[in-house]
Amino acid sequence: MTGKSLFDKIWDAHAVQTLPGDAALILIDRVLLHERTGGVALKSLKSSGRAIAAPRQAFVTMDHVVDTLPGRTDKTLMPTGTAFIVETRNAAREAGLTLFDIGDERQGIVHVISPEQGLVLPGATLVCPDSHTCTQGAMGALAWGIGSTEAEHALATQTLRIKKPRTMRITIDGALAPGVTAKDLALHVVAELSSSGAKGCIVEYAGSAVEALSLEERLTLCNMATELAAFSAIIAPDDKVFDYLAGRPYAPKGEQWTRALESWRDLRSDPDAVFDVEAHIDANEVALMVTWGSSPQQGAPLDGEVPSYETVAGRDSREAYDRALDYMDLKPGQPLLGLPIQGAFIGSCTNSRISDLRRAAAVLKGRKVADGVRAICVPGSSQVKKQAEIEGLDRIFLDAGFEWRDSGCSMCFFAGGESFGERERVVTSTNRNFESRQGPGTRSHLASPETVAASAIAGAIADPRPLSR
Amino acid sequence: MEPLTKLTGVAAPLIRANIDTDAIIPSREMKGVSKTGLADGLFAGWRYASVGGREPNPDFVLNDPAYAGVRFLLGGENFGCGSSREHAAWALAEYGFRGVLAPSFNPIFFNNCIRNGIAPVTVSAATIAALAAEVSADPQGRPLTLDMDALTITAPSGLTAPFPLAPEAQEMLRQGLDEIDLTLTAREAINAFREADKTRRPWIYA
Ligand code: SF4
Repeated sequence: MTGKSLFDKIWDAHAVQTLPGDAALILIDRVLLHERTGGVALKSLKSSGRAIAAPRQAFVTMDHVVDTLPGRTDKTLMPTGTAFIVETRNAAREAGLTLFDIGDERQGIVHVISPEQGLVLPGATLVCPDSHTCTQGAMGALAWGIGSTEAEHALATQTLRIKKPRTMRITIDGALAPGVTAKDLALHVVAELSSSGAKGCIVEYAGSAVEALSLEERLTLCNMATELAAFSAIIAPDDKVFDYLAGRPYAPKGEQWTRALESWRDLRSDPDAVFDVEAHIDANEVALMVTWGSSPQQGAPLDGEVPSYETVAGRDSREAYDRALDYMDLKPGQPLLGLPIQGAFIGSCTNSRISDLRRAAAVLKGRKVADGVRAICVPGSSQVKKQAEIEGLDRIFLDAGFEWRDSGCSMCFFAGGESFGERERVVTSTNRNFESRQGPGTRSHLASPETVAASAIAGAIADPRPLSR
Repeated sequence: MEPLTKLTGVAAPLIRANIDTDAIIPSREMKGVSKTGLADGLFAGWRYASVGGREPNPDFVLNDPAYAGVRFLLGGENFGCGSSREHAAWALAEYGFRGVLAPSFNPIFFNNCIRNGIAPVTVSAATIAALAAEVSADPQGRPLTLDMDALTITAPSGLTAPFPLAPEAQEMLRQGLDEIDLTLTAREAINAFREADKTRRPWIYA
């Protein structure tokens, strides 16, 4: 008998029943909701006359459409956004769910606050109607993004019917060069494997380079698994995870903590576990990265150039390639360093945690954002914001000329309210550079927070290494 | 949901790779806290002449009167990638689509289709190209036929392509079933499982 993968172990421990077609009825330990899709699910559930099976295991936050300007209220720049907030709040209260509302110090981007509050636990199953739920796999949980109807199903039954995903292991051995971040690694992986490279698979990230990553760096790496079209990603939990969780508000305490810890230590793939797909990445080869196109797979080394069609022909169709260059207003062979920018954004569930802000602040300290660049920093949670202010990071951002916002998704995506301008070039620490993702006609270049910071200062795509200290 | 057994209808080609959910329904079009009222925003970025406007873009396939009453969409690789918003499936369903044909789908979108009465039909790019060539010659006169019993898609020329679908998904679409009802028939088993789990992992329930 072959061994089990980490995924298999969690799956088996949650399989209430097997279903036809290699599927199972899987017990769900946590349902997380946000105002963009949560209100819809709660309302629809109510109108169908169904109750929530385990209200204590469902949590709601406000992140997607809430305003991030200081002194915010229920008013939003997105037309009709207020309705999402108010209806979600009312539905959450009525259903007796825990709500991290605007003004609550626990509020923040769902994938940032879930580890922060200890909602996501190793070995647990967690779902949220949001595609970046895979972020939370870095905690050793099976966490994945679902649709709104599935959210209703999870709420009504505390289970989901799912087809077992294929397993894929991405082993990253070696060591990242100094200055190369988890974001660069994530962009490298997507560029190497393509935006369908892990299609439908549960990806286990393994290898010495993954073990060496800090917990927050692992969250960044797992965050972009959905950009590989993965079902989700997971990393075997270790002391970094346990140390992080100890004492968090919703983490187990006392005797339960001891018991939990004991069981969590077994959460790893057996040495003889077999994966459906194996991929290998050499960490030594990872460069600082930036995307040049309108798909996350269209990334290149920061000191490189816009690739010719021939270089990417295996992945991008001629049409997709031409369209991306046209949209981004770039030509093959053009160097990426030095491309003038009009916007800089640090935030999102990819890169808005305290370590991200610290590294960006190290680049910004004592420097000024270039004229003509609109630079914005949006902490991932109210806790992150508070911590940053205790450390004086807010002053560094503000003195440099960054806007310092309240936490939320903000301009990670265009919801109809605020956006960067048409044809504006923006360097952004987010995860998606799709056409119009950050505003109609906006040209987004994905990069690490420090690259965003360095670019904001230069007024053009720039290498942060000479500025980091 | 309307059961989907055998359906003959107009098919429109929109063969681009990586049509993401934001192209299917831009976030600015998701105005209400509701599953309905989304058809108007379907493909808004391509369908209308200006952002946020409603003047039809004459070059967009769905604005061509030849495709009136369209039921099937012929798409490209990795259809429905991007954000997991289920609004994409709701918008397609409300517009009248009952089937999307593509060489591959984003898995979340694929499942959202099934939950919303749309058959996700996985067939090769070559088959899609052949079907597109055939239907575009005379969209109204050459509709496609989806057979959910046989799991085939057929063109008037006789070109027939089988497609894979898990038995449960097939049943749901055929019967127009709501998944929650299906699961709640196992309520006792779920409760028993949870009770046993509480002793194994009490911290999950604390
Ligand atoms: S920060 Fe961006 S990617 Fe993350 S959950 Fe919010 S909108 Fe989605």
